[in-house]
Amino acid sequence: MAEYTFFGGMHPNLVYALAMVFWGVVILGFVAVLGLYLIWLERKVSARIQSRYGPIYVGGKFGWLQTVADTVKLLGKEDLVPRDADRLMFNMAPAIVMIATVMTFAAIPFGPNLIIADLNIGIFYLLAVSSLGVVGIIMGGWASNNKWSLYGAMRAASQIVSYEIPVALSLIGVVMFVGSLSMAEISQFQDGGIWRWNLFRSPFLFLAGFVYFVAALAELNRTPFDLPEAESELVSGFHTEYSGMKFAFFFLAEFANMFIVAAVATAMFLGGWSGIVPHDVLPIPGVVNFLVKCWLLIVLMMWLRWTLPRLRVDQLMYVCWKVLIPVSFFLLLGVGVQMLL
Amino acid sequence: MSTPTPTEGSRTSRDGRSVTVEVKVPHVPLPPEDLDTDEMILNMGPQHPSTHGVLRLEVTTDGEIVNQVRPFIGYLHRCFEKHSEKVGYPGVVPYTDRMDYLAAMNNNHGYVVTVEKLLEMEVPERAEHIRVIVAELNRIASHLVAFGTYALDIGAVTPFLYAFRERERILDIFEMACGARLTYNYYRIGGVSGDLTPEMIGMIGEFLDYFEPKLKEYDNLLSYNKIFIERTAGVGVIPLDMALGYGITGPMLRACGMAWDLRKNDPYSIYDRFDFDLPLGEGLKGEKGDCYDRYMVRMREMAQSCRIVRQAVEQLPEGDYILPKLPKMIRPPKGAEVYVRTETPRGEMGFYIVSDGTANPWRVKVRSPCFTNLAIVPAISHGVMLADLVAIIGSIDIVLGEVDR
Repeated sequence: MAEYTFFGGMHPNLVYALAMVFWGVVILGFVAVLGLYLIWLERKVSARIQSRYGPIYVGGKFGWLQTVADTVKLLGKEDLVPRDADRLMFNMAPAIVMIATVMTFAAIPFGPNLIIADLNIGIFYLLAVSSLGVVGIIMGGWASNNKWSLYGAMRAASQIVSYEIPVALSLIGVVMFVGSLSMAEISQFQDGGIWRWNLFRSPFLFLAGFVYFVAALAELNRTPFDLPEAESELVSGFHTEYSGMKFAFFFLAEFANMFIVAAVATAMFLGGWSGIVPHDVLPIPGVVNFLVKCWLLIVLMMWLRWTLPRLRVDQLMYVCWKVLIPVSFFLLLGVGVQMLL
Repeated sequence: MSTPTPTEGSRTSRDGRSVTVEVKVPHVPLPPEDLDTDEMILNMGPQHPSTHGVLRLEVTTDGEIVNQVRPFIGYLHRCFEKHSEKVGYPGVVPYTDRMDYLAAMNNNHGYVVTVEKLLEMEVPERAEHIRVIVAELNRIASHLVAFGTYALDIGAVTPFLYAFRERERILDIFEMACGARLTYNYYRIGGVSGDLTPEMIGMIGEFLDYFEPKLKEYDNLLSYNKIFIERTAGVGVIPLDMALGYGITGPMLRACGMAWDLRKNDPYSIYDRFDFDLPLGEGLKGEKGDCYDRYMVRMREMAQSCRIVRQAVEQLPEGDYILPKLPKMIRPPKGAEVYVRTETPRGEMGFYIVSDGTANPWRVKVRSPCFTNLAIVPAISHGVMLADLVAIIGSIDIVLGEVDR
């Protein structure tokens, strides 16, 4: 094998290892800033919908530093583990949820050459890795030694696992249409203007986009599907007993997941880094297009959260198994037929 | 399980102050094989975000299905009826404020009307009109809280803030009238404690103009929302005969279809002069008498209360707001007793007062609507899911201050 060296003398494996660490740090930094920003945005959006202002004191007129203040507060809280709780699992649960979320950032196509890991199985990797989060939730609920947390964890487990199926099915339609699992290729396929976006290329993909969005909302445990954290019923569901930084991890993971869902929806249905008009007409950088579309979807998710009531657990299962799954099967069929014709 | 028996071998310590005993604990047999031990007994304890107040529910569940509910009350018992025997007839009025603290004006009204009947006292016309205006505004405020917190229980956070935004305007009017925002102590035996100035009347008119379109907005937001309907229609159905058997009154009874409102069927004060409808439960979305019907009855009642307030403001005469010559001491004749019932936002509140001829009542007994309404919860919650239980409790619109007194 040829002795290829980087930078005049460094062994390739060393450089790969350093690159891994570097990109890991970049992702973690991005997730942290994202969490800070999204929590602030949620508070502002929810406040405006509820006819109030939201944070306006900490850090200037718009309360920019509110989340920083909250993080400092959470860091200073007592880190208690309930008596008779399973210590190891209790401590590991938020970590697992966070790990599952952060791992997905490696395959998000932010721009034409801005993917950290351009896997040829991109979307498959994303779906697989984000499914690990449910393990952390169940662990958190069980290890808290609290009946209410257990209820929350059980509900969460059944909900997330069930809704994986419509998520995957709706995305398979896109994969079939584009002909590749790679995130970069799917985004490339949609480049060149709004009429090339997958959402508008086929009526079946149009509906599949909505199916994906609804099913992904359920994956995220956002209202109207937020039973695992139904504050008015179970106090706080599976993260009742968590305080301080562990709670912050769960919280941050939820917001990072929101971004992932929006990013996947953007990449698969809304054109990825493609603009509304082709790049030669209006040269906006791809990453700006991508982030703006993600942002709009995130605001939509927040809007829905503060408007709609919550579904009961059996109604939620009904929606998944009896509505979304048959519909997504039908849409798959439709995409297939459309491709044949 | 029998108590453990000490075996031989007890040792006294050197200083003689403690004895160590070895105890043999008898073997406790396991429960028999066929005993179903899958049920979980949960405590929706006194502090819980969705039991409105300090209500404790001991819920026996099988997974997500509720088998049995046992409400435990008394966490807010403050011995009002006992205190009333010591403070004199006018002194009881602040205590009535604190019973159903969301509809304090209506409680005041009930008590004051009872004492006036005991004394056979006539109240000036202007005072009567002011009383009705203020009582109906408080009915709107109370129903707003019921609406907001019910939506919060079901999961929609925003209507709670809208309801309280509207409520702030009503509370501003009340603050101008009597100085307080929640426990008003506004009524007096013989009238009210302060007059309504023209500025306040203007504010009331403005509020009504502002508020009536808001009811349509709430309907758009919540009442016809498919998720909300799914959560509440057909849940916690109370058949009319069961309701009558348990003594249910108020919006709950009207939701079961019965047109019974003490303001119409047993009028007190000047309610017989006003024209208003009684919204009834019709089973539009689910069955008649379900949680959705109770919710809709309260929503529609707010519109009817607005009508009453408008009419009362129009008809408001000039005059005294309290009897000019009040007796020095309120002293009903010895042995006189009376029971007067009024329609509070939660149902029929009755005051039974027995007088012994002194300035203090011999006995004041309060018939609390929430106390009676709450009794139906075990009967209708067998077989519902935990989320439905929350919806049912919310639809009863209990205020624990009134349940426990």
